[in-house]
Amino acid sequence: MATRIDMPKLSDTMDEGIILKWLKKEGEAVKQGEIIAEVQTDKADMELEAYDSGILRKIFVPEGKGAAVGKPIAIIGGASEDISAMLAGTGSAQPAQHHAENSVGTEEKLSAPAEAPSSQRVHLPTAEQVSGENGGSRMKISPLAKKIAQEKNINLSSLNGSGPMGRIIKRDVEEALSHGATAFAARLKTPLVQAANASTQQISVSMMRKTIAKRLVESKTTAPHFYVTSDINMKRAIEFRSALNSTEEVKISYNDIVVKAVAFALRKNPRVNASWMGETIIQHGQIHIGIAVALDEGLITPVIRDVDAKGLAQISAEAKDLASRARERKLKPEEYTGGTFTISNLGMFDVENFAAIINPPEAGILAVGSITEKPVVENGAIGIGHRMKITLSCDHRVIDGAVGAQFMSDLKNILENPATLAL
Amino acid sequence: MAVVAFREALNQAMSEEMERDPNVFLMGEEVAQYQGAYKVSQGMLQKFGEKRVIDTPITEAGFAGLGIGAAMIGLRPIVEMMTWNFAILAFDQLFNNAAKVRYMSGGQFKVPIVVRGPSGAAHALGSQHSQSLESVLAHVPGLIVVAPSTPADGKGLLKSAIRDDNPVMFMESEMMYGQKGEVPDGEYIIPLGVGDVKREGKDVTIIAWSKMLHVALAAAEQLAKEGVEAEIIDPRTIRPLDETMILNSVKKTNRCVIVEEAWPFASVGKEISSRIYSKAFDFLDAPIEHVNGADVPMPYAHNLEKLMLPSIPRVVDAVKKVLYR
Repeated sequence: MATRIDMPKLSDTMDEGIILKWLKKEGEAVKQGEIIAEVQTDKADMELEAYDSGILRKIFVPEGKGAAVGKPIAIIGGASEDISAMLAGTGSAQPAQHHAENSVGTEEKLSAPAEAPSSQRVHLPTAEQVSGENGGSRMKISPLAKKIAQEKNINLSSLNGSGPMGRIIKRDVEEALSHGATAFAARLKTPLVQAANASTQQISVSMMRKTIAKRLVESKTTAPHFYVTSDINMKRAIEFRSALNSTEEVKISYNDIVVKAVAFALRKNPRVNASWMGETIIQHGQIHIGIAVALDEGLITPVIRDVDAKGLAQISAEAKDLASRARERKLKPEEYTGGTFTISNLGMFDVENFAAIINPPEAGILAVGSITEKPVVENGAIGIGHRMKITLSCDHRVIDGAVGAQFMSDLKNILENPATLAL
Repeated sequence: MAVVAFREALNQAMSEEMERDPNVFLMGEEVAQYQGAYKVSQGMLQKFGEKRVIDTPITEAGFAGLGIGAAMIGLRPIVEMMTWNFAILAFDQLFNNAAKVRYMSGGQFKVPIVVRGPSGAAHALGSQHSQSLESVLAHVPGLIVVAPSTPADGKGLLKSAIRDDNPVMFMESEMMYGQKGEVPDGEYIIPLGVGDVKREGKDVTIIAWSKMLHVALAAAEQLAKEGVEAEIIDPRTIRPLDETMILNSVKKTNRCVIVEEAWPFASVGKEISSRIYSKAFDFLDAPIEHVNGADVPMPYAHNLEKLMLPSIPRVVDAVKKVLYR
């Protein structure tokens, strides 16, 4: 039977791998255990071994190109085997089919986890050294957590594990049970008086907090940040939005407009939609924008995929859905990884301006402030205008000053003339 | 309730049982004239005379065999080993005779002997004299193994051990002989095979016995300051093990740390964790953590000795690990 080889996840932080070299050509015979390709991850160059013997029927990702983790890179099968169904099934942008499999039938999955996830179909002897985990995406869950989840009829694939190597533990099931969102809202309503009287506390650090700490320290200490700020005249964007919202059934937010505008600007400035990989820079073909969502214990950036191919209504609906499920901690891993650029919006907190830390391996993040009413000089006269400050943080290894400034100039243009979004 | 030292509590247990039953007698190296290497038998020679408090030559295998023979014909000997390290010489007698005679004679003979003495490390006694061998003894069917942690437990359990018709290996600690604690007045007996909850808690179960119980208690105090309520289970008897108490506690807390002075390989703690994994699997939220003595012969240097033994920070770390903190 033909086997699809997907880009394996070779380290905790790996979202994408680059095929450095194919050691076999399409049509060549491949023996089990034979090295068929060299893959560059964010940490090392590694050899990809065939798990099955057969003919290398199809290569999806040519040399020098990257593929997101879980995306198909090749098919191995019999010489005359019909693989048309597999070829047809790979057009989808959704990677990691095994996640979809996991979400069906909790009971069944628990009793028969033997179905190997697709990313385990390649055997990589050095994966352990690189990532310290055994590669695959087999669900890790403590016996107790599993028991509670079964009793309470919780779909295990909806849970995020906060234990070591993503193990789902009791705490995660309990959090899912108490519905993170309501707990979050309740905590927001806690009177401030309590804070004033509160004693100094030693707070133990959650796995999420640890990850945030590690990733952001890594970002700020390895990626040389520089910042470009623009002051946007929001007059037309405000008119544009109210016009849309008067006719459309969905309610478009300013953030939705910013997301769409950023996708436009990224398409015009592909060098900003990129990642530093050490020896090379990946310039991403697709525009996947992460949106920072605040949680009680930290933050997470769910990703809207292929933003430039989507209309505002769809972006708005997806953003709402992702944000609400993020607060309930119900996002699947593929929904918060694989972004190529991030937007952090603190506008609702009435902040003028701030600078964000880049979310690696992305090269840029846009910090969005509030829209404020202020006196502005327009055509030589002082009037009252609506302004919004946005600040781009750039990884200087990937983006130079002029490139960042050009992106911001284009973005400013789009936001000040939002009708161009319709082009 | 009187506050007495551990050695005195043991002395009370032996003296009371010798007063109660003329078949009970004590023998061992230095137990009589010298009043005990660690003064556990202080005053007993004067009280019971040299027929019932007997100094032996330095021949562990010899006097262990003597004791087993005496037990087979109806006496109830207490054999003091100056330390369990020296008792290694007598393991042939203990394993092949004490543990098996009742079985091999089809119950015609029983061996009501207590072999007791200090176990584990003291201060810089070197590799050969600092061993915790309870798993070696508990490995052998036919032997009962007891390791008390407080004067009261020491007294109550030793009295039960003397009255038991089976060979009881009673493991004390040189470091604890001077430790004082309340011992109930009058006849005080603790049945063998019954554990004790030394501290109640809901967040994690710590299992420890003998000297390590006190390390666990100190760690629990420290953890309490950080908001972690540890439940401390002292099995007291290693074999037979109070499995029910252990399982109930783990079912309540969902997490377990086992602290023991012995080496990690095939230790008593591993036996306990194996039972928890088989019988309370669905109640575990984290793998069980073990805190053991390091897997090396005991270094002579005192600073290294301290590093080898389980310590409060190591227990605290293990607890945090099972709590995912």
